[in-house]
Parts: sequence; structure tokens; C-alpha cells
Amino acid sequence: MSFLKVKDLQVEFRVDKKMIKPIEGVSFQMQKGEVLGMVGETGSGKSLTAHAIVGLSTLAGGVIGGSIKFEGQDLLSLSEKEMQSIRGAQIAFIPQNPMTSLDPVYRVGDQIIEALRQHVKISKREAKLQVIEVMARLNIPNPERVFHQYPHQLSGGLKQRIVIAIGVCTNPKLLVADEPTTALDVTVQAQIIRLFKEMTVERGISLFLITHDLGVIAQVCDKVAVMYAGNMVEFGSIEALFKNPRHPYTKALLDCIPTIGMAKGSLSAIYGSVPSSGVYPSGCRYHPRCPYADEQCRKTMPPLLEVEVENWVACYKYYGKK
Amino acid sequence: MWTYIIRRTLLLIPIFLIISVVVFSLIHMVPGDPIDSLLGPGSIASDRVELTKLYGLDKSLPVQYVVWMKNILNGDMGQSIIEKQPVLDMILYNTPFTLRLGLASLVISFVLGIFLGVISAAAKNTFIDYISMIIALLGVTVPAFWLGLILMLIFSVMLGWFPVSGSGSFQALVLPAITVGLGGAGLIARITRVSMLEMFNKDFVLLLYAKGLSKPAMIVKHIFRNALMPVITIIGLRLGWIMGGAVTIEIVFSRPGIGNMLLSALYRRDYPVVQASLLVLTMAVIIGAFIADILYAYADPRVRDLYK
Repeated sequence: MSFLKVKDLQVEFRVDKKMIKPIEGVSFQMQKGEVLGMVGETGSGKSLTAHAIVGLSTLAGGVIGGSIKFEGQDLLSLSEKEMQSIRGAQIAFIPQNPMTSLDPVYRVGDQIIEALRQHVKISKREAKLQVIEVMARLNIPNPERVFHQYPHQLSGGLKQRIVIAIGVCTNPKLLVADEPTTALDVTVQAQIIRLFKEMTVERGISLFLITHDLGVIAQVCDKVAVMYAGNMVEFGSIEALFKNPRHPYTKALLDCIPTIGMAKGSLSAIYGSVPSSGVYPSGCRYHPRCPYADEQCRKTMPPLLEVEVENWVACYKYYGKK
Repeated sequence: MWTYIIRRTLLLIPIFLIISVVVFSLIHMVPGDPIDSLLGPGSIASDRVELTKLYGLDKSLPVQYVVWMKNILNGDMGQSIIEKQPVLDMILYNTPFTLRLGLASLVISFVLGIFLGVISAAAKNTFIDYISMIIALLGVTVPAFWLGLILMLIFSVMLGWFPVSGSGSFQALVLPAITVGLGGAGLIARITRVSMLEMFNKDFVLLLYAKGLSKPAMIVKHIFRNALMPVITIIGLRLGWIMGGAVTIEIVFSRPGIGNMLLSALYRRDYPVVQASLLVLTMAVIIGAFIADILYAYADPRVRDLYK
């Protein structure tokens, strides 16, 4: 049994009496203790996938299809109340922007305590001790002092650590982090990524990490899912993806990473731009930008194909080759 | 926090001086003077000169202002030209009536306004929301004097539950307080609702959901607290407003009060009374804003830190 198994996930939203499907055909699985990375450009549906797992997209009015199985339990069949007891306790979520994710009028320590006491029955004093310990473990300098400070008094890096503390204080089994480092300075980014790595190993937390930074993926992930225009186009182990990218989009994405020693001016980019949801092209959504596209790609969307054990790709190039 | 309060208090002094100049000169811009009211038509010119001199109205305006200000600072607001009694006594007599009505209506405004605002935001686009907002809209748009008369007709004349007018008892306070309070309640309900809905779109709400908080818990503890800032602004405005804002209602229910007193003094150009009561009213507005500023600092740690 997989720890987390997402199958044919799709989310629909109603916009001006029209239904739009910002994500569709997302399937992947992860084992306990693994780090799964999800890459894709802005608007490719990464955040929505994360929100769907944590059960936040229904709150925003989204209609979810497919299935999300967490330790064998179908999360989509749970009521909001049942989901509340899982959210924060077993599945924690770290939102995109740490700068604005804390309530400005409460002390940060109390905000961590709130998360802990929501799921664990302990006294305030005990909670405070535990929270300070978690803060210290996250390398927050002088945790007793920071505990009593307000969000606006802290730097971005510290705020991010507070948000992470909110996520991990209950010892969740799965941590869903939505671009946790994008809003931070590069130097702080490295620290935070290291922290994630240590934490997942030390506490046995499985991590679902969303990023558009392939460097981050290479550093910490075991598996990668590549998203394009609301579809998952490739999913597999980190080695397979970096050494042998299969989907034309993944290839193009990897080609965009500049390396030292590269001839000046040879930095490549993907021709064209990402279509926005609601006006997705027919067939494979990547076909207008794909050099290999043929008639079939324009007509029907290629389903995911397992080209190798646990390595999936959604491209007609691989059909018939198997 | 204390430096903040002290700084805000010191700021009141120049504001007071500027306002006193405006308040003092304002009445002199209005045609007519108290001597006209005293003498009536067909008076003799020599009487006029004598009276003008008696009340110091023959001196230049700057001189009159300095004398007036000096007396005010010594706690003497002068003598009413028409009523022949100390202005201070008149103000002290009328203030409690105004304050009682003002505070009672303020409480109604806030309790009802915040209640309606919160439930309509929590149940956005439902029946509850529509009903609350209709009540709020009526509160804001229905003229207070008309509402006062209608309430009087129903509850005093037809049902006989409350006295038609007067100020002697608690019962006499109910209808005027409701009349004034409903207008404020409508305003506060609409502002609370908008402010709460705005808070729902903030990033931090996502993290609150992620913590596993239920929507009601979130509203009570986080959304409402954050949505309070604009509501505090209105508290400040209404606080000052309660001293002079209920003039029409004082007249409709024939209650004594600062507003009523100011109006009759104005008709008769009773300079000392007009000047002193205007000064009291404007100071009330400024003190209301001052209290709001302190409440801001109390409610929002970011404001507190601005003045460290």
C-alpha cells in the first residue's frame, strides 16, 4: 500500500457560470519517508494539487474528481469535520508566502501553540515548552525571545521557520510545502532547504515539496512529478528524470538550466508561453510548443504510460515503443 | 505604548488652540449679534452702544479672543448674554443628558452593528446575509427624525410602553437611544462585514485552515480581531459625534442637551454660549479620535511598534 496515492486528480472551478478545469490527469504516489518534488511553471497547477491533498481547494469552491488515498484512506470521501482532524495533525501544509502567512496581531509563539493544541491535549505551559523546543530544533536563535515577538518584528527567514514550526510541531506524517523558499533570499533558501532535509530524515516525515527550482529538486527529492498547464506530464525517480528525461517538456526544462562554461548567449528557453487555464489547447497541452508534435498530439490528450517501473510519462512518443 | 500615549496627548494642545480660533471666529461671521436679540426692534442707538461696550463686543476680534481664551483657561466660560447665567453651569447641566443618550445609542450601535456585520460576513450570500444588510441599509438611510416619530407613534402613542418625550426616567431614554443607535448600527454593520470579508482573502487564513481550525473558531479568534481596525475608526468618530450628533433627536423627543442648547443659543446669537459649546463639541470629536488612536495601538502590535 502506498503512503500517498493520487489518481486521476482533477479540480474544477466555476468562473462566470463556466466550469474551468485548472488541473486534470494528475496521478502519482509516494512511499513513507520519501521526498517528492513537484516542478512546473507558474500556473501549471502545482499549488492546486497541494491544496487538493490538504483539502483546501473544496473550501475555495473547487470540485474535486479522482482519488487521493492517504495510508489507504480516501481523503475525498471525508467530511470537512473529519478533514479538520487530519489537517495539521497528520498532514501539515506550509503555504507559499511566509511573509504574509502569519496572523499579524498574535505573538508567533501563540500561533505555534494554537496549531499544537488544536490536535494534542496538553496544558498551555507544556505546549510552550514543546514549542520552544521545536523552535530551537529549527535553528531559531533565542527561541524564548522570538516566542514573544510579533510577525512584523521577524525577518523573512525567521517567519518561514515559524511557519515550518507550525507545520511540524504536531509531528505530522506528511508535510506539504508549497514553494517554501521562493519568497526568501538565496542564502536563506539554502538554509531552509537543508532544514527540510534534516527534518524529514530525523522525524521520518514524508515531504511533498513544490518548487519551480530544479536545483532544489536535485538536492532533496527522491521522486519528481513534472506539471505542465494543469497536467502531469512526467513522474519518476530523480535519477531517471535528470539522466534520462522522457517528456519533451522535461527535456526542454532541463536544457534551460545554465551551467558554468557554457558559451555566452547560448542560454536556451522554451519557445512560446504557458497557456492559461480555460484556454488550454486541444490534445496534448504541450503540442503547440513541442518540436515532435504530430496529428495525434493535436487531437487527443496522451494518458500517462508506465515506461519503466514507477516511471510514468504522458507522451505519444513512447506509445508503441514498449 | 506609554510614549505613544504621551505623544498623542501633547499633540492635543496645538489642536485645541487652532480649534479655539476657528470656533471663536465662526460665530462672528454670521450676520446679526446678541444685542439685536436683546433689544428687539425699535431700540435706541445709545442703549446699543452701552450694551456693546458692556459685553466687550466693541473691542477688536483678536483682543476679544485673547480675553476669552484667558478666561477659558481659568475655567470661566463667560456669562450667557440672553440667559444671564454662567455658560459653564449651562453646559454642566446639559451634558449628562447628552452623554446618557450618546452612550446608550453608542452601545446599541456597536452591539447590533458588530453582530450584524459578523453574521452576514460569516454567512456571505445567504438569507441571513441579505436580511442583515437590509436592516443595515435601513439604519443608514432612514432619517433619524422620521424614525424617531414613527417609533414614538408605535411604542408611545399606540402601545404606551414608553413616554412620548422628556428625560426624567430610564424609559424615556429607550426610544431616542434606539433612534440614534440604529443609524450607527447600520454603518458599523456594513463596515464590519466588508472588513471581515477582506480578511478572509488574506494569506494567513490559508495557514489557519491548514492548522485544522474550524471556520467559527477562526472567525472568533483571528478574522474578527483583524477586521476590527476600520471599526475602531468608526468608534472614534462616533465617540465624538455622540456629544453633538443627536440634535434633531433631542428636539424630536424634547430632551435637554448640548445640541438643543447650542441651537437655541445660535438663533439668538448668544456668542459666549455658542463659542463654549462649539468648543466642547469639537474637543469631544478630537478626544474621540484620540481614544481611537489608543485603541489602534492596543489592537495592533504593528501600530504600537511605530512609536517605540
